Amino acid sequence: MDLKEKLISSFMAFENNVDVEHPVHDIRSNAIKNFEEKGFPSKKNEAWKYTSLNSLQKVDFSIFPKEENKIEYNDVKKYFIHEIDTYKIVFIDGIYSSYLSETTHDGVDICLMSSALTKPMYKPVIDVYFNKVAAKDESLTSLNTAFSKEGAFIYIPKNKMPKKPVEIVHFATGNEASLMLQPRNLIIVEENAELQVIERHQSLTSNEVLTNSVTEIFAAKNAIIDYYKVQNNVSTASMIDNTYIDQKDKSVVKVHTFSFGGKLTRNNLNFYQNGEYIDSTMKGVTILGEKQHVDHHTLVHHIEPNCESHQDYKGIYGEQSTGVFNGKIIVDKIAQKTNAFQQNNNILISDKATINTKPQLEIFADDVKCSHGCTIGQLDEDALFYLQSRGIPAKEARALLMYAFANNVLESVGIPELKARINKLIAKKLGVNLGFDI
Amino acid sequence: MAYTEEELKKELETKEYEYGFYTAIESDTLPKGLNEDIVIAISKKKEEPEWMTEWRLEAYRIWKKMEEPDWANVNYEKPDFQAISYYSAPKSADPNKSLDDVDPDLLEMYRKLGISVDEQKRLQNVAVDIVVDSVSVATTFKKTLAEKGIIFMPISEAIKEHPELVKKYMGTVVPKTDNFYAALNSAVFTDGSFCYIPKGVKCPMELSTYFRINEGGTGQFERTLVIADESSYVSYLEGCTAPSRDENQLHAAVVELIALDDAEIKYSTVQNWFPGDKEGKGGVYNFVTKRGICEKNAKISWTQVETGSAVTWKYPSCILKGDNSVGEFYSIAVTNNFQQADTGTKMVHLGKNTKSTIISKGISAGKSQNSYRGLVQVNSRAENARNFSQCDSLLMGNECGAHTFPYIEAKNKTAQIEHEATTSKIGEDQIFYCNQRGIDTEKAIALIVNGFSKEVLNKLPMEFAVEAQKLLEISLEGSVG
Repeated sequence: MDLKEKLISSFMAFENNVDVEHPVHDIRSNAIKNFEEKGFPSKKNEAWKYTSLNSLQKVDFSIFPKEENKIEYNDVKKYFIHEIDTYKIVFIDGIYSSYLSETTHDGVDICLMSSALTKPMYKPVIDVYFNKVAAKDESLTSLNTAFSKEGAFIYIPKNKMPKKPVEIVHFATGNEASLMLQPRNLIIVEENAELQVIERHQSLTSNEVLTNSVTEIFAAKNAIIDYYKVQNNVSTASMIDNTYIDQKDKSVVKVHTFSFGGKLTRNNLNFYQNGEYIDSTMKGVTILGEKQHVDHHTLVHHIEPNCESHQDYKGIYGEQSTGVFNGKIIVDKIAQKTNAFQQNNNILISDKATINTKPQLEIFADDVKCSHGCTIGQLDEDALFYLQSRGIPAKEARALLMYAFANNVLESVGIPELKARINKLIAKKLGVNLGFDI
Repeated sequence: MAYTEEELKKELETKEYEYGFYTAIESDTLPKGLNEDIVIAISKKKEEPEWMTEWRLEAYRIWKKMEEPDWANVNYEKPDFQAISYYSAPKSADPNKSLDDVDPDLLEMYRKLGISVDEQKRLQNVAVDIVVDSVSVATTFKKTLAEKGIIFMPISEAIKEHPELVKKYMGTVVPKTDNFYAALNSAVFTDGSFCYIPKGVKCPMELSTYFRINEGGTGQFERTLVIADESSYVSYLEGCTAPSRDENQLHAAVVELIALDDAEIKYSTVQNWFPGDKEGKGGVYNFVTKRGICEKNAKISWTQVETGSAVTWKYPSCILKGDNSVGEFYSIAVTNNFQQADTGTKMVHLGKNTKSTIISKGISAGKSQNSYRGLVQVNSRAENARNFSQCDSLLMGNECGAHTFPYIEAKNKTAQIEHEATTSKIGEDQIFYCNQRGIDTEKAIALIVNGFSKEVLNKLPMEFAVEAQKLLEISLEGSVG
């Protein structure tokens, strides 16, 4: 039985465990229908031209995780930003771990999707926001919608700001030979409110894991959201991340994606600017080796006038890795005075690495400033020579230049401890210790 | 004279296609529709050898199995291939006649187009192979060229007179199986130009052809083959205008360029097929496959000015096969009213130290859609490949669209690829600056557009530069709102 059939037949079993009277039930059944119709995207699909899901579909994934598998905090401490105090929403094999988590209802709601979906007090919020910005015709998002049950739920009311950042961490313990996870997150930040989120997926064994995650983010007027995705998973873990962001007037949303690991990673990052004077930023650093594959797919839809968007993705590809960047900017007819910038720079450091990039612009308004730039190149030999002539060994010199290359993106990380952590990850990935942070 | 912007806009909207006239020349036309018999009939009418007929039939069989592509960013009613007549030759055309004997009606037509053969003759440096509805009616300067050993003739004649060259090269760059329209063209092409430059010869004049669709309901399927032998050089010009007709006309050409070691080919196009009226009615469908192959140290340079056609689907490409070969693409695409253009280039780097440059300027006005679609591919053995791409779009009015779809695929770590694109409109401050210095708005716009397109216009040979600028003016003046 292939994965698609298995998922469709599992849906019945899934329905037995959830409340079919709930309005979300209809959303789920429509979603599974859409998935059944469309199936997994193939390479013939333009959006999946460079990323194949064929090998993943051959794996016999468990759809429903077993009992909660205990892990000791000390064993996984290193995966948290433990230097600072944070709210934590932790899942082990897709099941909420109250033991590792730290949630709150004190003024703000930082809790679980499952409780938001079942408790009547959240029904008005779910009615207004759930599955509203996520794509309804995209097959993998539909698949997630159909099985949406658990994940993080964050609601920040007007003029509030949580005392500390929120960490959403998913662990896979390998108690199944191969496991498919479908977390569903809903994040709502009301007027003048603020939020910082760090998301991480970590597999603790070399058993195969596939995560198909959907995150919906709503930023109301003047809201500020900082979202960090840390992707440094083991080489048997694959990830399809679908993030949909709806922004209202004057809101500022930044998403940083750090991709250093995993077998296959696909990031679908979609911004919809439903208001004026909006600022959207998406930045990313990708450093790959082995046979890793990362596909960054971004979309910014400028729907209203006077908005800005900034994209900056840096990639360093070694060994037999493959990198894909597909950035799309759509500027609607009425979205005059839009400023949209897109930058994608890549360095290939191995003969067998590949980079495919496709920065796209679709512009229907005339009074706009849109630009995109894209480069593929190498480290500057002269610069390397310069550093070496001053006594810096070749390896360090190369690392230094790569640091400098990635620095633009790191600069804007707003949590110093996270920045330090990313620095360490980069140093580890490059195999050097430079003894300083940038 | 000074216009207000409103007046300019109005004038442009109501401006009729200047070259929209229809010359009544008796034509020899095959019945509509396409089947093996028609393919054989075309081949027979052209008095082709058997191998050519077979070649066409094979292409037809391939075409029958193919589906019309729909990935391009254009919307149009798919042509009914059975409602097209695949052969139409002006009856009065006789290739053996001297220029003076050419039908006066035809000469009048060229005069209206502004490329009178007489004038060309006087200029003494352009040889024109004029194609009217598929048959060459006048070939000039053949003798001068022949002295140098240069072969420049309609492809139908080349098939008969130089079968060894045609056989060797035709279909090597654009195979019959390449795409839907290339296959169609391979099956039914009626004429086109053939050009061969022998070893070490630098062609002393710009070679030029003029294509034109005249008879209503006929498609024009020309086939051009340019071969530059080792260390030779040729500059080739192609220009198009088509008369105004309501029915959509199909134009599916194939152009193949072969630059052998150390050769250089410069191919320039000014395309001004009928774009349809301001309601978007009529106009030419232009689905062209153009591709060149570069051997060692060779260079191919494409320059195009696209102002016409209702729908354009065109990607002049370079296969940089030999080491140190160079590919260039310079393009200006102007769309107005309901025109749709999806154009760009492909640069395939296979050899070492290959270089490519892409400069694309898109200008959209009215309700048009203008897309750049390009591919830069560096294969794993293409050491030190270098590419620079720049695509700039200029939008006039808020009902048009500009799109960019660049594909960049690198498989070699020594590749250096740069791509940049910008989209903007003519700034009010720029206009204000000009106004302030006594330049009226219309002139200011012309100045800015000219500056915007200059990088490409500069690449055109002198003979074309004037015409191209004129076309830009016609297509653009006043469309700034």
